[in-house]
Amino acid sequence: MANMALKKVPMPEQDPNVRNRNFEEVAQGYTEEMAVEEATRCLNCKNKPCVSGCPVNVHIPEFIAKVAARDFAGAYAEIALTNSLPAICGRVCPQENQCEGKCVRGIKGEPVGIGRLERFVADWQMANGTSKVEKPASNGHKVAVVGAGPAGLTCAGDLAKMGYEVTVFEAFHAAGGVLIYGIPEFRLPKDIVAKEVGTLKEMGVKIETDMVIGKVDSVDELFEQGYEAVFIGSGAGLPSFMHIEGEDLLGVYSANEYLTRINLMKAYRDGYDTPIAKSKAVAVVGGGNVAMDAARCAKRMGAETVYIVYRRSMDELPARAEEVHHAKEEGIIFKLLNNPVKILGDENGRVCAIECIEMELGEPDASGRRRPLPKEGSNFTLDVDTVIMAIGTSPNPLIRSTTTGLEANKHGCLVADEKGATTKEGVFAGGDAVTGAATVILAMGAGKTAAQSIDEYIKSKQ
Amino acid sequence: MYQILRKRALNSTVTLMEVQAPHIAKKAKAGQFIIFRVDEQGERVPLTIADYDREKGTVTIIFQIVGASTKLLNTLEEGDSILDFVGPLGVATHIDPDAKRVCVIGGGVGNAIAYPQAKALHNAGIAVDMIAGFRNKDIVILEDEMRAVTDNLYMMTDDGSYGEKGVVTKKLQELIDAGNQYDEVIAIGPVIMMKFVAETTRPYGIKTLVSLNPIMVDGTGMCGGCRVKVGGETKFACVDGPDFDGHQVDFDELMKRNTFYKEREAQDREHVCRLTGGKRNG
Repeated sequence: MANMALKKVPMPEQDPNVRNRNFEEVAQGYTEEMAVEEATRCLNCKNKPCVSGCPVNVHIPEFIAKVAARDFAGAYAEIALTNSLPAICGRVCPQENQCEGKCVRGIKGEPVGIGRLERFVADWQMANGTSKVEKPASNGHKVAVVGAGPAGLTCAGDLAKMGYEVTVFEAFHAAGGVLIYGIPEFRLPKDIVAKEVGTLKEMGVKIETDMVIGKVDSVDELFEQGYEAVFIGSGAGLPSFMHIEGEDLLGVYSANEYLTRINLMKAYRDGYDTPIAKSKAVAVVGGGNVAMDAARCAKRMGAETVYIVYRRSMDELPARAEEVHHAKEEGIIFKLLNNPVKILGDENGRVCAIECIEMELGEPDASGRRRPLPKEGSNFTLDVDTVIMAIGTSPNPLIRSTTTGLEANKHGCLVADEKGATTKEGVFAGGDAVTGAATVILAMGAGKTAAQSIDEYIKSKQ
Repeated sequence: MYQILRKRALNSTVTLMEVQAPHIAKKAKAGQFIIFRVDEQGERVPLTIADYDREKGTVTIIFQIVGASTKLLNTLEEGDSILDFVGPLGVATHIDPDAKRVCVIGGGVGNAIAYPQAKALHNAGIAVDMIAGFRNKDIVILEDEMRAVTDNLYMMTDDGSYGEKGVVTKKLQELIDAGNQYDEVIAIGPVIMMKFVAETTRPYGIKTLVSLNPIMVDGTGMCGGCRVKVGGETKFACVDGPDFDGHQVDFDELMKRNTFYKEREAQDREHVCRLTGGKRNG
């Protein structure tokens, strides 16, 4: 008989007023007992609705059954069949919209804590796992992957498992993409990313950092070097700005810059040279996960007041529910239905305030969400010394502008079919480079699909 | 890791390093830049490429020891390696094949970057006048190299201790007044110098190119930290530049942006670790 408790076993977390001053992980993970107890809430449905919600088709009921039976190594093996980066997914997937959103237990009460269990299993494996990763025998075919983010790493991992010789080219000095420059330590410890990358390396994946494809070798030159297919997972790295007055003042950051300085360049740690503004009051513009990350980082960097300024209401907030909840607990102030119109500076050109206007929701727009409309004459100012723009990103033009025959749409996103094939033969793409800014797990799903397509493509040529 | 094959002190605060980086050397062009990171705790710092040798697979950088990162870089010797060296980034300088005569202006360590520009123009068969400005005689660099690739080289020092006394714009004005026709002026040096060069040429409508080196992180368009206003539009120096039309650049804003982290830098400069003498890990 299943455990019929209506709520998930609570996740141990750092106290909000302690954690908003450190960068250690907020959610501390289930113990074995907690995991087993939560696993017994799973009904092991025959039709597995949860799996249909997972972009990488993790064998969810199967792994949970193994957790319930205390076979943690077996649970890991089950997850690893379809997911190359489980410790990461367990932490950053928007489970409420995916697996857990489909869970039958969620109809009355809370769904099974699938994400928490996935994380538990992956962490258990890292701490206790003894099985050595086997390097598959090479099939002699070379594939290049551009970008070592979630899409590229997943694609590389799946291809390596099939025996391909994979080289990943990364522009930054470390592999991980948004997992290391964007998502903060307190949400996804960088040691975990490094371990997952280490597993790929043990499988034979080569990672070349400091390589800006398009500037060093072009995609066309990679083919000349003997790569038979190229996967482009270069992400959506180009930050958007609002193009309002005052955006060039000192103290206005893109979320990309602010987060990169803190996460990748470790501005929060002693001993690192990276400078960053010492802010007292910060306005983060935007309502996605990136905005939540930036706001919570600003608080941890010592800001007394941190606002989220978002033009729609709580219902439209695109961030993962848990991040919004955590941000509120940590004292982030949500200024919803407000939109910035101008950033004000002092005589030295430094930010001193942000002027906003109140908004109300009108008819639904093309995105299906109600369109925010300004309320005339409702302008007001917030005194802040730092403004962080977290209103989205678009794909970097570096690859498409240096590769012949690669088409992009008007937003700069690479054109690719549902199997990841682009308009250029032998070139596949996936993740944010194709969809525009989305989630880690969707990028992973796209990397997985493309790995299949690349395998079919190379086999078809023999 | 990128090994330093040659290190030469050009003067007491300016160092030349020739670095093994074959994949960058293969593609580098005048006007492009690299980003270096000395060690794990280091910053990512952009430096314009001073020279490259495709056959040897080396890239030459010339830097002034001004902040924590360049100080740290200067502690490395021949045979040591730089942890990260990324490039070639940015858009290469466009050389107008129809140009007859170009005036290249360098200020201080900027001469290290102006020199390869002069060389590229000279190699393209274009007449080059070069004005090389320095604070004083002690910091003069690359004079022989510059002389070899220019038709006329004018050495200027602020205090008159070498060459002629005065700033570069004084000489530029004289050359224009004397009737020299320039198809283009290229100015590379302190922001304030580039600003005044642009102001000098503006009344004559002489096309003026400046090379900007603002604060940046990634160098691929990702952070937006290097934004500069050019002709009222916001540009990213790393991918849209580093060369821009000097008559369009908002130099005052750029000067402010470049001072943003000065306080922190000043603190870092005061603190020299006595255990290691400035070297991070002894």
